[in-house]
Amino acid sequence: MIFTLNAATVDVDAHPMKRLLDVLREECGLTGTKEGCGEGECGACTVLIDDAAVCACLVPFAQVRDARVTTIEGLGGDHPLQRAFAEEGGAQCGICTPGMIMAALPLGEKPSLRKVREGLAGNLCRCTGYEAIYRAVRKA
Amino acid sequence: MKGVIAGLEMREPSSLDEALSAMRNDPSLVPLAGCTDLYVALNFGTLESTRFLNLWSIDELRVIEKSNDALSIGALTTYKSIIQSKLVRKRLPMLISAAREIGGAQIHNRGTLGGNIANGSPAGDTLPVLAAADATVVMRSADAERRVPLTQFYTGYRKSVLRADELIVAVEIPSFSGKQWFRKVGTRAAQAISKVVMAAVRSPRPRIALGSVAPTVIRLPMTEGALEEGAPIQEAQRILMDEISPIDDMRSTEEYRRRVASNLLGRFWAETE
Amino acid sequence: MHASKIASPLAVGRNVPRKDSAEKVAGAAKYVDDLVFPGMLYGRTIRSTIPRGRIAATRLAFDQRGFVVADYRDIPGRNVVALIEDDQPFLAEREIRHTAEPILLLAHESRDLLLRAHVEIGYERENPVLDPESSPTAFKSLAIDKGEIEDGFSEADIIIEGEYRTGHQEHIYIETNGVIAVPQDGGITLLGSMQCPFYVHKALKSMLGWSDERIRVVQTETGGGFGGKEEYPSLIAGHAALLALKANRPVKIVYDRAEDMIATTKRHPAIVRHRTGVKRDGRLTAMDIDIVMDAGAYVTLSPVVLSRGAIHAAGPYRCDHVRVRGRAMMTNTPPNGAFRGFGAPQTQFAVEVHMERIAETLGIDPVKLRETNAFRPGDTTSTGQILGEDCSALDVLRRAVRRSGFRTRQRRYAGTNRGIGLALFYHGSGFTGGGEVRLASKASLGLTERGVQILVASTEIGQGTRTMHAQIVADALGVPFDDVYPVQPDTSNVPDSGPTVASRTCMVVGRILQQCAEEMKTRLGGMTPREFFAAHGPMIVTSEYEGPSGIKWDDSTYRGDAYSTYAWACDVAEVEINPDTFEVRPLKLTCVHDIGKAIHPVLVAGQIEGGTAQGIGYALIEQVVMREGSMANAQLTNYTIPTTLDTPPIDVVIVENPSRYGPHGAKGVGELPIDGPAPAIVNAVRSIGIDLREIPAVPEIVMKAIDLGKGKTDARHVPL
Repeated sequence: MIFTLNAATVDVDAHPMKRLLDVLREECGLTGTKEGCGEGECGACTVLIDDAAVCACLVPFAQVRDARVTTIEGLGGDHPLQRAFAEEGGAQCGICTPGMIMAALPLGEKPSLRKVREGLAGNLCRCTGYEAIYRAVRKA
Repeated sequence: MKGVIAGLEMREPSSLDEALSAMRNDPSLVPLAGCTDLYVALNFGTLESTRFLNLWSIDELRVIEKSNDALSIGALTTYKSIIQSKLVRKRLPMLISAAREIGGAQIHNRGTLGGNIANGSPAGDTLPVLAAADATVVMRSADAERRVPLTQFYTGYRKSVLRADELIVAVEIPSFSGKQWFRKVGTRAAQAISKVVMAAVRSPRPRIALGSVAPTVIRLPMTEGALEEGAPIQEAQRILMDEISPIDDMRSTEEYRRRVASNLLGRFWAETE
Repeated sequence: MHASKIASPLAVGRNVPRKDSAEKVAGAAKYVDDLVFPGMLYGRTIRSTIPRGRIAATRLAFDQRGFVVADYRDIPGRNVVALIEDDQPFLAEREIRHTAEPILLLAHESRDLLLRAHVEIGYERENPVLDPESSPTAFKSLAIDKGEIEDGFSEADIIIEGEYRTGHQEHIYIETNGVIAVPQDGGITLLGSMQCPFYVHKALKSMLGWSDERIRVVQTETGGGFGGKEEYPSLIAGHAALLALKANRPVKIVYDRAEDMIATTKRHPAIVRHRTGVKRDGRLTAMDIDIVMDAGAYVTLSPVVLSRGAIHAAGPYRCDHVRVRGRAMMTNTPPNGAFRGFGAPQTQFAVEVHMERIAETLGIDPVKLRETNAFRPGDTTSTGQILGEDCSALDVLRRAVRRSGFRTRQRRYAGTNRGIGLALFYHGSGFTGGGEVRLASKASLGLTERGVQILVASTEIGQGTRTMHAQIVADALGVPFDDVYPVQPDTSNVPDSGPTVASRTCMVVGRILQQCAEEMKTRLGGMTPREFFAAHGPMIVTSEYEGPSGIKWDDSTYRGDAYSTYAWACDVAEVEINPDTFEVRPLKLTCVHDIGKAIHPVLVAGQIEGGTAQGIGYALIEQVVMREGSMANAQLTNYTIPTTLDTPPIDVVIVENPSRYGPHGAKGVGELPIDGPAPAIVNAVRSIGIDLREIPAVPEIVMKAIDLGKGKTDARHVPL
């Protein structure tokens, strides 16, 4: 099945009902997308499909046919959001960080605190109390 | 993740007609779309079906439009599209309130109105809105289309009149006037399942619908009638407490649900004066 | 590169870049579930479905081709998880003491086939003990006595009693527990998410009956711990090892969220009863405290949790006559274990809400009551420890009151559905009493081509171990921060620095590293590390913990210096109660914490903000629903932790009143922040006129408290 993964066209053979999360981690070797619950509650597996944040644990692989999927690896490591998370202590244990950054991406540059809190309500972090994450997202 | 993928089958129709004929030929097919409920069941290993029909790419079910004087919302409309729709904002703002509170951005982008109806949870957040708005569920099979009021759609806990060869294709909301009101009481401020959820319309005959207080979403005809006849709100609240049948579960208690439902009625009444 | 003689800016006290940021923000850091080994199988644990009884029969109802199956008979050494008491088996033999107890292990290369495999277990059921207060078995009882309690009561004008309850709490590290076992060359390597590699090493040695060097334990990047990965990973590692040795292939066991919640440890629920004698002016004359903790089915760390809880039970208050009695009771529920705070959040919740009730009863302002009684330098604690100048109780209290505008808000909120409350609390740093001396932790520094390598068993679990240790070493050696680098904790490569628990990683292990660095500096004899390496090659310096002189502790009487220092804090909570739904919404928390020295202010703030958020969840929404001894709401959908919208602004103030013993004066910071939010929030709710004494204060509990208050003739105004 053909889709666009981090700006490259890829052809991946996997069961159409396999979770996108597992396809990314196992077939594509992209382990930056994490599993925290499998229920769509924690947001650790957040990736973008056609620029919209989704939980990859709730997406059947078949549904990304011809779509653009962006994972944390697609940001390259030096994206302003990534730099801001590093500088502001937004990443502690780091397991929620890729999902948090992917959920923050659609919020655009320098979003308001209210927009950040609402936009990240689907991403759980147990380390930071979110304060450092707000500082990072608002800075980027 | 306890779900087993091997052995599951997925059909991928490219149009509504194709989907309906697939369902006619094979009633064991279970439709799936945003998967925000279905894949949770897959994760818990509680998915009973093994054969699925992927509706996600059927864009003809994503239309929000005025149809005669009614507002018609396609079954595959996501919460995100509802939140962004000017038409919905104008006609049914309480649906926007419900959609906003249903989950985080990730759920907004995937969850669909038709899915919320088909899933049939008594805690489904859009259902009281649709019930209070006198919405009609439009169902279609390969042979026919039929319309059933949402209040008659459910026949019991997670049971409905929807047949195995039918799809929910849209919801129609007739035009109405009166102040709309919505309140969700969940286990936390975001990403929560409702303990009590209420939608209401302040019109000469008020319309009041509640979720999570009975096996299905319910309207409260006796409470509505009392208010229409000018009963004091305290009396309407007493009637409401008798009219609902909440239970204790892991999320809340019967007593809490009864009391809070009554308080919400009072708040609705005070805020829509 | 030329060796620079220009002094680098000091690293300590600055927000230098985290050593692990780049990998974490890139998604490149490797957690256990990200690792795959050739020929690897997946492992699955078959667990009991009853809380108490005996296994009658076991039947494997599936096609066993390609499966590896292990049970207790495959254990070559001892079938006990070596910790405090040897009571918990790796795999049940006959007796079942709790739901989700491991019985049988399966492994297969196909996860689908593994999940489909059906095992039937037949049981002879017995009646479970689910109420800790009616349990016949106490795993641990202890007593702390200071003065003569009856003398204290006879001095009192009034005696005030109360009972306070706290519930289970689930850790919800976002990375679930997991271990991979890799058999090789007659030994085995265990890689996993864990806090304490040497705990796993010890447990595996005993289970396998092997010598030290055949077992290697490596910590992989760990997605949060909070105590939940202190003792539990030993069990999973044992399971993975048994399967891997039987299969002679690598085996990965990673729990899904539901299994992690149902099977692993939680915070001990507690019932704490206070009976307190006070003078009319608020002075405490006698504190009589009874603690019951629900330990669950096996001892695990319960004696130590109870101990820390008991030592902190009288709060940061001077009182000449104190009696504390504590019991950790066995119940047929999954064992409770380590969780940030380790018993202190439960007992300090009780004493702080009780202090509020004393203030209410006497009609004294809650700040004034605490000012009257707060510890000052020179005061003695319940164990008889004389506090030094590093005691900041009064200071943090006054700063928090000022910073939060407590008085103004108190007046502004009067008669509304908003309230403000505070909690004054403290937390002992490091192991209790002689624990650190017994541990005799070691740390090493290695001089390498790349610079200076930190060799410790202390794990990075998000709190910033790697960065903070490197800062301390860099400054002690006088080298740039970038020249110091951490290594992955690996029992074959690092000395045993003790477990990463008890707020000890900076204060205790950081201090040992500082000693190493000082010694290395002497040995460098004025050369830079690079110059020395070029001339003489590698060097390793190892140092061992030295107990501070003059610290005395008697474990049999609970008398003496319980901790070499304490960190002090005051939290102020502002809340609003929804009159329709009884939901308590926190509006703001002000947290003033004296942690001695902030080696890295951003990391310290991160600990305080994160611990406070976890404390808010503990106070208000995190409810473990137990049914027949099993967690009924074991999903993140139904066990809810705070989201962005549940977490209010947290205003953190760091106070630096140094300890003599920690590096640069640092005290422990990891656990302190979880002790305060719950009592501060409940006291804020109390200020509205609701007699709340229990957490989690979910709306259903708040509703009951309001109803009970309305039934009383002396109930204060409830604006609802």
